[in-house]
Amino acid sequence: MALNRPCGYYDESYGQDMAIVRTRLQWVILIGGLVLLFALPIFASGRILSVLNAIAITLIAVHGINILTGYCGQISLGQSAFVAVGAYITGILTSKLGFSFWACLTCSALGAGLVGLIFGLPSVRIKGFYLAMSTLAAQFIIPVVIANPLSGITGGWDSLVVKPIEIGGVVFRTQASMFYIIIPLAVLMTFFAKNLVRTGTGRAFIAIRDNELAAEVQGINVFAYKLLAFFICSVYAGVAGCLTAYWIKALNPTNFTLMNSIWYVGMMIVGGMGSTAGAVFGVVFLRTLEEITKISSSYLATIFVTWGPFLQGGLSPIVYGLVITLFLIFEPRGIAHWWEIFKASYRLTPFAY
Amino acid sequence: MEAILQYIVSGFLTGGVYSLMAMGMVLLYKSTGIFNFAVGQMMMLGAFVCWTLHVQMTLPLWLSIILTLIFCGLLGLVIERLIMRPLIGQPLLTAILVTLSLSYLLTGIATGIWGGYIQAMPEILPTSPVSLGGIIFPNDLLLSFFLAMAFFALLFFCYQRTRVGLAMRATAVSHQIAQARGINVRMVFSLSWILCAVILAICGVIASFRLGISQYLAQAGLRVFPAILFGGLGSVGGALIGGLTVGMLESLAGGLIAPWMMEVTPYIILLLVLISRPGGLFGQKGIERI
Repeated sequence: MALNRPCGYYDESYGQDMAIVRTRLQWVILIGGLVLLFALPIFASGRILSVLNAIAITLIAVHGINILTGYCGQISLGQSAFVAVGAYITGILTSKLGFSFWACLTCSALGAGLVGLIFGLPSVRIKGFYLAMSTLAAQFIIPVVIANPLSGITGGWDSLVVKPIEIGGVVFRTQASMFYIIIPLAVLMTFFAKNLVRTGTGRAFIAIRDNELAAEVQGINVFAYKLLAFFICSVYAGVAGCLTAYWIKALNPTNFTLMNSIWYVGMMIVGGMGSTAGAVFGVVFLRTLEEITKISSSYLATIFVTWGPFLQGGLSPIVYGLVITLFLIFEPRGIAHWWEIFKASYRLTPFAY
Repeated sequence: MEAILQYIVSGFLTGGVYSLMAMGMVLLYKSTGIFNFAVGQMMMLGAFVCWTLHVQMTLPLWLSIILTLIFCGLLGLVIERLIMRPLIGQPLLTAILVTLSLSYLLTGIATGIWGGYIQAMPEILPTSPVSLGGIIFPNDLLLSFFLAMAFFALLFFCYQRTRVGLAMRATAVSHQIAQARGINVRMVFSLSWILCAVILAICGVIASFRLGISQYLAQAGLRVFPAILFGGLGSVGGALIGGLTVGMLESLAGGLIAPWMMEVTPYIILLLVLISRPGGLFGQKGIERI
């Protein structure tokens, strides 16, 4: 990082040295980008806003898994189950007990965090592949438990209807109004994720990822930090779940499958593991791809009629599977790596290096 | 009492297929170090291909099964050559994720070609079940159990007693030493994938007689993970015992506690095994080099 600083800017204080946004151009891009983002509902259609909302919610969940897997090195294949926990806590609290949005958000985050902590406990003894299996078990156990023994409060396989958000008498029902709840939260969570990995905690995570024994010898309490990583990851999942509940308005255990969990990990891989910007790239890239395949598969099905069922049913999973596989084989460092190359060459132009 | 015995028997018979699946996965894991998460999809694909050949093209059953196995063996070879070989030596997460994305790919292909409908294999067995002292042995379960056990025994014999099996076992011990002794490790990798694909196709066809052929078959295939870890990831004998035990326990829990327990029990067993004995019952203790 330090080698790649912008040309011609010299830090004169620790504050400047630690700043994330350091040049005037970066400030302009950041503020301009945020203003543009928040002005979007004025001229964008509902469909685009709904895609953006989906991107923002997914982004929160992927940030969580990026902290756990990308920074702390603990593989989790159960993120979607923790999202389900958050979503159902919000759904029950808001529709049965009438809690406010902020109370639901807090309860979802903490509740999912606790469940994540429980499933993180095996990480004391096992790691790597075995840990992946234990989180996979969470992915199979949690939705079935939601659907069957808890069906009295969750509605089981029937959908649980969630009331819309209401803050100070204003009801957030449309995509455009949801946009102003979801996007600020996503920006905030991104900011938190970016800063977390720059603190001592984040450095401890990275040390554990790179070499567990060396980290322990350095005086890092490996077990405590692993559990903390699981907790933070699941808190992110809980927040994503809370927003999901309000956004899709009717919860069903089938919304939270193993495929979604794989999808989250895939987004992290495509974006670039262990990079906050990478999580953003991955989510935006794959969600956009999803929309494109959805539109193009129904369009192609009208042209190639004999291939119609094949295109409509099978095209999107094939495309996702291929994209993730190709990235793993040809660019395991993800889109974030391309971004780093672009930044470096922008800074060094006209010199080669 | 009779009910409990009945649950144990039907669970035990179901467990036979788990054992065969677990064996395919263990063989693959031992020689390549890769755990194949696309197990359910490979089963489903085998069953779908067999169904197409047998029902749609009206080939005799034995011929369509043989053709299915050849097709799935080729599929395993293609997977190994195109996807797995470029990724040798990559970190663990890559190895896990690539088989997961493979499962995405195969799901897409299967839904694209065969759609989301449930297909059924034609009945080949008499419907009246064998009954012994009040306990019913359903014909399809009985047949699937004996088929699975026969294949298991055949493969176990080949693994222990033939030159190819010896090469696979040597590769499992150490890639480098095996290579130094003149074993073509790449061949063994390809062979392991072919073998795994063929075994899973057999399991898919066997299971399809009972469960029908649909995406659900892929879901059911995932229940083999607990069976593998129960016996220990690196132990072929453990696969047999793990499969039978998990089949029995899930049937008991499903029958005695609640039907939904049947889906969850294998994974609860998985968690308990991972926490108490991470290496499984018959697995080797992992020793870490600093």
